[in-house]
Parts: sequence; C-alpha cells; structure tokens
Amino acid sequence: MSDKDKKGTKPQTYKFDTLSLHAGYQPHKNAGARQVPIYQTTSYLFDDVDHAAALFNLERGGHIYSRISNPTVAVLEERVASLEGGTAALATSSGMSAIFLAVMTLCEAGDHLVVSSQLYGGTVNLFRLTLPKFGIKCTFVKPRDTEGFKKAIQKNTKGIFGELVGNPGNELMNMPEIAKIAHDAGIPLMVDATYQTPYLCKPFEHGADIVVHSLTKWMAGHGSSMAGIIVEGGKFDWMQNDKFPTMTQPYEGYHGLSFAEEFGPTAFTMKARAEGMRDFGPCLSPQNAWNVLQGIETLSVRMKKHCANAEEMVKYLSNHESVAWVSHPSVPDHPDHELAKKLLPNGRGSMIAFGIKGGKDAGVAFINNVKLASHLANVGDTRTLVIHPASGTHSQMDEATLKFAGLSHDMIRLSVGIEDIDDIKNDFEIGFRAARKPRLVSNQ
Amino acid sequence: MKFKVDNHEVYASTGGRPFDKKKPLIIFVHGSGLTHMTWVLQTRYFAFHGYSCLAIDMPGHGLSDGESLKSIEDMADWISRVIDSVGYKEASLVGHSQGCLVTIECSARYPDKIKTLSLMGGAGAIPMNPELLQLAENNDPKAVDLMMDWAHGPAGHFGGHPVPGLYHINTGGMLAKSRTIKDTLGVDFRACDNYKNGFEAAKKIKIPTLSILATGDKMCPVKEGKKLANLIEGSQVDIIDNCGHMMLLEEADRVLKVLKDFITTNYPSKAKF
Repeated sequence: MSDKDKKGTKPQTYKFDTLSLHAGYQPHKNAGARQVPIYQTTSYLFDDVDHAAALFNLERGGHIYSRISNPTVAVLEERVASLEGGTAALATSSGMSAIFLAVMTLCEAGDHLVVSSQLYGGTVNLFRLTLPKFGIKCTFVKPRDTEGFKKAIQKNTKGIFGELVGNPGNELMNMPEIAKIAHDAGIPLMVDATYQTPYLCKPFEHGADIVVHSLTKWMAGHGSSMAGIIVEGGKFDWMQNDKFPTMTQPYEGYHGLSFAEEFGPTAFTMKARAEGMRDFGPCLSPQNAWNVLQGIETLSVRMKKHCANAEEMVKYLSNHESVAWVSHPSVPDHPDHELAKKLLPNGRGSMIAFGIKGGKDAGVAFINNVKLASHLANVGDTRTLVIHPASGTHSQMDEATLKFAGLSHDMIRLSVGIEDIDDIKNDFEIGFRAARKPRLVSNQ
Repeated sequence: MKFKVDNHEVYASTGGRPFDKKKPLIIFVHGSGLTHMTWVLQTRYFAFHGYSCLAIDMPGHGLSDGESLKSIEDMADWISRVIDSVGYKEASLVGHSQGCLVTIECSARYPDKIKTLSLMGGAGAIPMNPELLQLAENNDPKAVDLMMDWAHGPAGHFGGHPVPGLYHINTGGMLAKSRTIKDTLGVDFRACDNYKNGFEAAKKIKIPTLSILATGDKMCPVKEGKKLANLIEGSQVDIIDNCGHMMLLEEADRVLKVLKDFITTNYPSKAKF
C-alpha cells in the first residue's frame, strides 16, 4: 500500500454514531436512494434455474423469500451487528421470538439451560413453562449469585441466559465472571441486552457470545413497532467439544452442511436463519424494520437524554417522602453500583424500580392518577411509562416465583422518557398525593 | 474434510459437496491470517457445478494443525504437496492477496501441475507497512483492526454483505483473531514482506491467468496488480469499481461470475451435476 493511503496506526473504521446512520446500507446499489427503501415484497425473481438453485444451496448470498430474509430487514441486521461489534444478526418479529429462536438454535430436547431468575415475566414463563414442553429444562439462579450459575451447570447444559440488568428489580449479573464460568464449561453466554442497547453496553466486550434484544424498546424507541434480534459475537468455538452436534455435524437439511465448519464466526446466525427462521418463521416485516432503523438513527441522542432524566428522577424519588426505596444502578448504595460503572460507562439506563409507601393500594392509586406517564406494558418508549409489575407484567407468576425474582407488591416499574424533567416530576407529585390518600382520590 | 500433508492434519472446506476425485480440482488459497471461510461465496458454487473444491486452511491457520509456514516459497511447495496428498496430478489455483503470491510461485515452480491461475487482489510484491508488521508480530489485535480497515473499500466499511445479516469488518476481524495473531498474521506478514520473486515468477507462467482487481484496494492497488498481470502472457484482467481488497466478499457475485466464466472456459469439467 502507498504511504499516502496510510492514516497512521489508528484504524479509521466508522464510529458508533456514524454506524447508527449508515451501517448495512449502500445507496449506490439502491437507485441512489438516500433513505433505506422499504422492500415490501414476499419474494424475489430468480435469474434462471441455476440462480435459484445457487440461492437455495447457500452457494451465493441473496434473497429468496421474505420469511428467510428481506433487503430492508438485512440493513437493520447489519446495522445492529455493527453497533454491537458482532459478526452477524438475525431480526425477528419480537424480542420473545428472538429468545425462542436463539434457544431453539442452541438446544434440542434433553438439553438444559441455566437462567437468571430476574427476567421479564414473559421470558420467565418461556423458560419455566413452555420450553419444558420441548424437552428443554432450566435451572433458575438469582442474578447476583455468580457461584450459583457454576453450581447449576449440568452435563447436558448448553448455555447460560440472563438479562444484564434484571427486569424489573435492576439487579445486575456479573457478566464477565459468568461468561468465564460458561466458557470454562464449554458453553456460551447468552445475554438479553434490551435495557442497555449497544450505546450503554456492548456485551461481547465483556464475554457474552450471543446477544438478544427486544428492538421494540429503546432501539426503535418510539413505541411504534414490535421487533427483536439475535446478534452473534463470533468468538465462541462450537467445535471445542461435542456438546453442539447440530452446529458441528452434517445437517441433512442442507446437503450435509456443517454450520461451524462452513461459516465459523457466523455459524449460529446462519443456522438460526437457515433452520429456525425457515421452520418457525417469526420474521420481521420490512415496514417494522424500517421503523426500527429510524429509531436507531437517533439512538445515542435519545439514550443520553433517557439516562440524564433517569438520574434526575433517582434523586427526586430518593428524597421523596412517599417513596420507601429506589433501585437504580446509579445509586451509590445499590449493591451493583461499582459493577454498573464498569459495564455501563455511558449511563446506567432509564429503568427505575421504586417502592411506594403504603404498599399495593398506594401503588394502584399512584398509577391510576398520573396523567403524563403512561400506564402500559412496555419499556423504552420516548414517553415515560409506569406499571405495577405484580399486577401487570409479572402477574402470571405465583407468589413464590415473584419472591424468587425479587418482586414486591409495593414495587413500581418506571421507564423514564425524554420529556421535560420538570413535567415528569410534577406528574409524579399528582400520583404521590393520590397515593397518600388512596381511597379519596383514586379512580374507581 | 481433513487429510494429512507432512504428517500434519490439514482442513479444507469442500464447498458443501463430497470430495470426488473424478472431478477437476480447484484449490483456493486464503490471504494473510485468514481461513477457508473467506471463500464461502465461491467454493460452494463450484462444488455444486462439477468441481472438487478445497478451500484450504494453511498450516497453523483455521482448523489446520502445525505451525505457519515462514516463506512464500515454502507455502508454494506445500500447495504442490496438497495436490499430491489428495491423489491428484493437477489442479486449478485461486488465490487472494498473500494467496496470490503463493499461487504465482507455485505456478512458476510446478508448470505441469497447475492448469489455471486466478488472482484476486494480487500483486508481484506485498511490502508491509512496518508498523502493521510490528503490531502483528507483537500479537497486538490492533493489527487486525488496521488490516480490516485497509482491506475494505468505502462501501465495505458500511456493510452491504451479500449474505443477509453478516457484517463484513467484524466477521473478517474475528476470522483473523481465531488463532494467535503473531503465529498467523505475524508470520504471514513477514513472509509477504520477505518475498521478492513475484515478478520473476510471473514471467515464467504460461497458463491461462485471471487477475481480479478493485479500484478501492489499498493493500494491492490496481496499478500494482496490472504491473503483475502485464508480465504474465495472455493474462486476463477484470477491474471492479467501488470495492476494496476483500472483493471476494464485498463483490462476491461479480467475482463469482468472472471466475466462473474463466474457469469453466479454461478448465472445464465434464462431470455431471
């Protein structure tokens, strides 16, 4: 290479904010369209029979049918892979379908997973009730019980799964240590990083092997579209042991293809797409992929505001007479405060759990009376959201499971939006006033 | 598939089809620090269309045993022994980057064995940036990051991988980091830097030769590729615009089309598929 082309020893690859806007897309191959086109189509013309066969045999890249892949969705997949520092990604119709597809790519009947106990309620039910129907059993471990993850590993364990910051209790997994436990056992660590987005944390830098997101939340950011994604780190060696025969042995569904041998650092994604998406079919619509792409364009801008507002709300709630306790990793006496500083250097996220004095009745009154904050079953909207988990998102869990997951009846889950902070606080004052006199002012 | 050369196990992808000695052989030789996986969008096509393919992992790379070979000349001789080891008398060679130096030298040394030569991002010499060489020999992952930066063209930096969902730079980087950097990339870069015989070797080549070059290639610029091609009698050159050194992935379809036309014309297969 010539000297003029050398730009010193610092790589000139694009940075996060640039990739948020550009990664995965080449305008010159799309009629010069500056914005990513929405390819609203089910299927794609083959040049001839040979071309069709080549696509079906994975001889060449391209699109066949939008259940398997779609050009708009592919831009989103590459964009998220680039932001996470991953090798490849597969977008799905929702966060839950991303988790399900990832598990079904990893596991077979008879396998076992070690799972953090503090998860979104739907995820708990997937692992506790649904996966056993497929012959996949799980052992739950409290997120802070790092040694417990090691003890729970069995001969047939195929992976460890958890949310980096648990929903809704805000307890952190020690991701680097748990990754080491997983790798010492020859199994991958799978992390749901929905709460963080790659702006706050890149789990692959801390040992995770597979990352899943509900893109519905902060990534899309505007409460408009359901979407999920599986991202592959590319470091995990599927051939290091005999635990993953469906990754390493010839696969009848593609002429004896071995995904690990043929695709190496992208093997998991290739299998998830070629087998899982083909057979289960939870594909993302191109319109929703486009909506998520719009959100990702402003991800870092929004996350800064989300985190700034959250830290203001933590201060406000911590000093409020109606609040019994506040859980957020930014609080110095939060048990995971130091770990959060290490894993979440750009901000501790915008999810706050707090206990309202007066217990469940006060919580109900609070939620029924706030006007600006929206009472709904979502997080990561630009708007501020509140819910009472024990009667909402986690209501399908029994008392024992609630307790094991660290949920209490006085807990309010708050997803801090990017409204003016004074307006959020004023709204909460209305809610707290009602909570102090629940029988007088609460809605019927 | 796995086979032995010099008592060391060698891994080669056969492109998803069983290795069949009745079919003509194409050997794909990867670039510095990389593996057989860089060829996934070429090998599978040929394997499904009447050829036996070996996308090899060079010794000490990817899934192959042994230590990395220290000179381009040693690598060229080793390729000849690969052909012997799998029971063939001849083969068609395809190389990328460092793989071009290896296949040029091999073609010059074994004129009766090599039937066609296809070069991607090739040059007669690949002198290394001293800092990059030092980083690789010191096992510094920054060497891989720099290589991925310089190896991809402007479009490749943004992505647009032909396989939906794959991201070029991180995938390439992970391949180059799959073994100890100083033992793969470091040794390979030193071998490239030391190799001085490329232009002389090129003059000896009399077989059909194809050079695929890219206007955005910073590692082996078009002018260097043309200089090499001009020394090879009857050499065919194809230049791809808006593409970098990793043309076999950045513009996989274009590369496959040119390669397909060249190989099926100059080294046709009679096998049914």
